[in-house]
Amino acid sequence: MSNEFHIVVCGSIVPDPLQTLEPVQGAQGPELKNEMMLPAVLDPWAGHALYEAANLAAKNPGSKVWLVSLGPKAKLQQVMMNIAQKVPFELVCADGSASGFTDSFEVATVLAQSIEGIQGLDKSKLLVFGGWQSASRGSGAVMQMLGELLGISEQFQGVDKLTAGDDGSLEIMERIEGGAYQVSACNGTPAVLGWATGELPEPPNNPQVGMQNMRLVMPALQQAKPADVVQGSSLAFAAVELPQQRRETRVVKDMPVEDMAREIVEWLNS
Amino acid sequence: MYTLRTLPGDDVRQIMWRYADRYDLQMSVQSARGIARTVVAKLVAEGARNTHEWTDQKAELLTAFDQSGLTALFMDPHQGGFIEGPKNLALALAAFELAWVDGGAATCSLATNLALAPIHEKGTPEQRDTYMGQCVPPQPGEDREIRRGAFALTEPLPYIGVDTGVMCGKVRVAEWNDEDPILEVDKRGRFITNMDFANFVTAAVESDDERIKSSCMIILEEEDEGTYDRGAPTLKMVHQLSSTRDPVLKLRVPASRIIGGFEIKDGTIIPKYSHGEIIGSVFHRTRIPVGLMTMAKLISAVEPVIRYHRKRFQGGDAAKEGTPRFDHGIQMNEDALQRLVDVWASGEAGCSLGFAASRLADAFDPIEKAKEKLFEEQGVVGPRKQMMALRKLKDTVQEFVELEHLPESERDAARYQELKDDTLVQFAYMEALAGILNPATKLWCTGVGATVMREAVSLVGGYGITEDCPGFLMQKWTDAQLEATYEGPEAVQRRHMSVTMTSDVFQATVSAWIGQLRRVESDNPGMGAEATASALELWQWTLNHLQNTKDAEGRKLYHNKRQGVTFPMADALGWLLGPYYLILDILELKEKGAMNPVLADGIDDLVAFYMDMANVQAARAAGEAARICTELVYGFANGAPEGVEPFAGLKAKVDAGMAGARLSKDRAGKALSGVMIPEALDYPL
Ligand SMILES: Cc1cc2nc3c(=O)[nH]c(=O)nc-3n(C[C@H](O)[C@H](O)[C@H](O)COP(=O)(O)OP(=O)(O)OC[C@H]3O[C@@H](n4cnc5c(N)ncnc54)[C@H](O)[C@@H]3O)c2cc1C
Repeated sequence: MSNEFHIVVCGSIVPDPLQTLEPVQGAQGPELKNEMMLPAVLDPWAGHALYEAANLAAKNPGSKVWLVSLGPKAKLQQVMMNIAQKVPFELVCADGSASGFTDSFEVATVLAQSIEGIQGLDKSKLLVFGGWQSASRGSGAVMQMLGELLGISEQFQGVDKLTAGDDGSLEIMERIEGGAYQVSACNGTPAVLGWATGELPEPPNNPQVGMQNMRLVMPALQQAKPADVVQGSSLAFAAVELPQQRRETRVVKDMPVEDMAREIVEWLNS
Repeated sequence: MYTLRTLPGDDVRQIMWRYADRYDLQMSVQSARGIARTVVAKLVAEGARNTHEWTDQKAELLTAFDQSGLTALFMDPHQGGFIEGPKNLALALAAFELAWVDGGAATCSLATNLALAPIHEKGTPEQRDTYMGQCVPPQPGEDREIRRGAFALTEPLPYIGVDTGVMCGKVRVAEWNDEDPILEVDKRGRFITNMDFANFVTAAVESDDERIKSSCMIILEEEDEGTYDRGAPTLKMVHQLSSTRDPVLKLRVPASRIIGGFEIKDGTIIPKYSHGEIIGSVFHRTRIPVGLMTMAKLISAVEPVIRYHRKRFQGGDAAKEGTPRFDHGIQMNEDALQRLVDVWASGEAGCSLGFAASRLADAFDPIEKAKEKLFEEQGVVGPRKQMMALRKLKDTVQEFVELEHLPESERDAARYQELKDDTLVQFAYMEALAGILNPATKLWCTGVGATVMREAVSLVGGYGITEDCPGFLMQKWTDAQLEATYEGPEAVQRRHMSVTMTSDVFQATVSAWIGQLRRVESDNPGMGAEATASALELWQWTLNHLQNTKDAEGRKLYHNKRQGVTFPMADALGWLLGPYYLILDILELKEKGAMNPVLADGIDDLVAFYMDMANVQAARAAGEAARICTELVYGFANGAPEGVEPFAGLKAKVDAGMAGARLSKDRAGKALSGVMIPEALDYPL
């Protein structure tokens, strides 16, 4: 027996973490210096959620995966060239900022609207996946609010493992403090899962899957509606600055892990 | 004064190299990049290049290529690939991405395609589907081993490489039958890439039997009866991430393995294609990615050099935090900035040329097939008859060349369309152009590229020749020499060009370019269009002069055998092609970048920077070309040569065309001092 899931993964892009990020004051509030020109990657937390979703869908025939993104569509397109080759999904896109200088509630609202607008989505089979936090905003709030807006009260955060029973029930392993896990039993869909790292590696590229996906991704991007969450926002930033305490990146070959740990501790204590 | 904000990313490249609307290609770029900056970089960093043996560690590459889709890149969808239509640009982009980290890895990824290329270009439909299909990774549910190939043209001494007219690889009839005679093939290869793991070899052999006509290429499989000895590894000092051996092959194979098929007439096996015909059409295309591999090295050097220069004095007592010396390091010096501009500009120009060549190859593929079909229908068979038929079209082709290079608003649209739809006109034009761009890409990009790469290494001083130099600059420099050698060293490309560059169609094209560049100059001054135009004019005058003049000893100057004249002229042209195509690419960036939401914001600054780089490169190229022309025009006379007054005037124009080029270099150098680079290297040490 298998279950059919309609899995919606929420995830957007973040600037490549290898880049220098510098906040500046833009016309519509704070933004990152050269933000549009910086290379972007799929938010790693969202990536974990997406690969878990694809794996679950593959194991349960009839299931389907959507990737719902709020982000600048032109940048999304670039990132999709890589992501689309990894797993099958259908993209739903709202065009707007993914800088992290946006209000969690407003982001959740846009995501909720986008999800409500998906044709053929069966809410009784719905699993909403996302990262328990994102690389652009560590608040860990969007998914919870999104769940509430969609009226889904079964929510799990920091998920590392999901096991679906034959009867449609879900067993979910969440991270809690001290490296421990909490295992919950859930009767079934709908549910919201904010993923930690999950358990799956990044899938290898499959260009055939990529070609298939991109046929839908391109029109989705072209038709993406602007979702200007910054302009109409109630959120105001008093100041944005780089963390005072900064450590220069050093690249050192073959450094033992113990030495690395010791150096970090020394730095923290200094 | 503009600022360069970040190093150019994919959005810029896609516009300049014209694949912004091809998501299949963008995906391939991402796949290749993913492999290059992880698996490949790790292998190099771990010292996998320290042995010329093929190791298990190196074999990880093959798995990575298979898993990322790169292995299937060359195939059509019905063979298990994913790109429909010609794939020259796709392969060039993948090679570029891999060579960004390591040229040997790029070669390794391309080598099976090189083995398949003879089958792809001239094989029978069955041969094509069989071998291409075997070389794609198995799909889910399929149970088979993926097969890999090697391409064996070159042979041991004394007949290696360049002169493909002389061979010692032989084919004889072993057992005659009227359907599919059994042949014995005797081939000893030298420098054969992929030979450690190749399951089949496409080999060039000559008939050693009166029952077989001339020569052919033939497919040998490791399961065939006889000797399939992979031979000794080549003790090479470059490209160690590809496998190279000198195999010994003595095998019995059915005649149906002859690439392109054969017929039996009066008891003689007549292969449909000689080995020369096949190699001609293979090298036409496969030489382009090699040139681009060297160019990837130059552009990939920019970021590590900037990083090194900026951080040079950080961490010691030499500079206190917050001082200019701390922040800018060696970038406080003009020289460090401007020499890097030279390296970068050379890389850009070579890329513009190479990618133009690969796009042309993509456009040419279907035209070449359509031409074959048309001639077959018209009963125009054989190369000579075809050439005569094409020659009749000379004026029409030249008319097209002119229209092609006019601004849209100034040309007769209906006539232009008519000629654009004419298969033979298109064939004649594209063939003439490809006959220049393909060898020129290989010649200039690898030859000059290797020299420029030396500059890049020198910019990081002693650190450049250490194993932990970021960007593997030293390895890239030495690798460039191999790229200048294989698939025909520089002399072969020069020879090729010295024959093709005198054609009427190409000369008409040069004239059209000159006009086009002058129009560009008036609308977009400061990007080197005038210098390039004047240098092309000087080159064309010189070529004409050399063809109609004798030296002081009464000997003909431009002559097939006189490589001291013809080869430098090929070099001079090679220099000028880069800036020409770079200028076109920048105009494209200016137009399309403004409409691109990612780039629109900073497009003026970005274009200004690129225009300065083009100006720098154009001045350098025009100078080199003018120097060569001068040597040839004056160098074969005793005292002052006659009839060269126009030359002096044209040369003065070249000089004047360099106006502002050094200011461009000042600005571009300055821009480099402020560009934002990533916190960490794009791939590990
Ligand atoms: C690592 C590696 C991998 C290779 N892989 C393959 C492979 O997979 N399959 C394959 O078939 N081959 C392969 N080759 C062979 C390669 O293509 C040849 O080495 C190359 O074409 C040059 O031939 P050569 O080395 O015999 O040089 P030569 O022919 O000896 O040429 C030496 C020099 O002589 C001069 N010269 C030659 N001809 C002329 C001329 N007509 N006019 C003026 N000067 C001339 C030039 O200066 C030239 O550089 C590989 C080589 C290497 C090093």
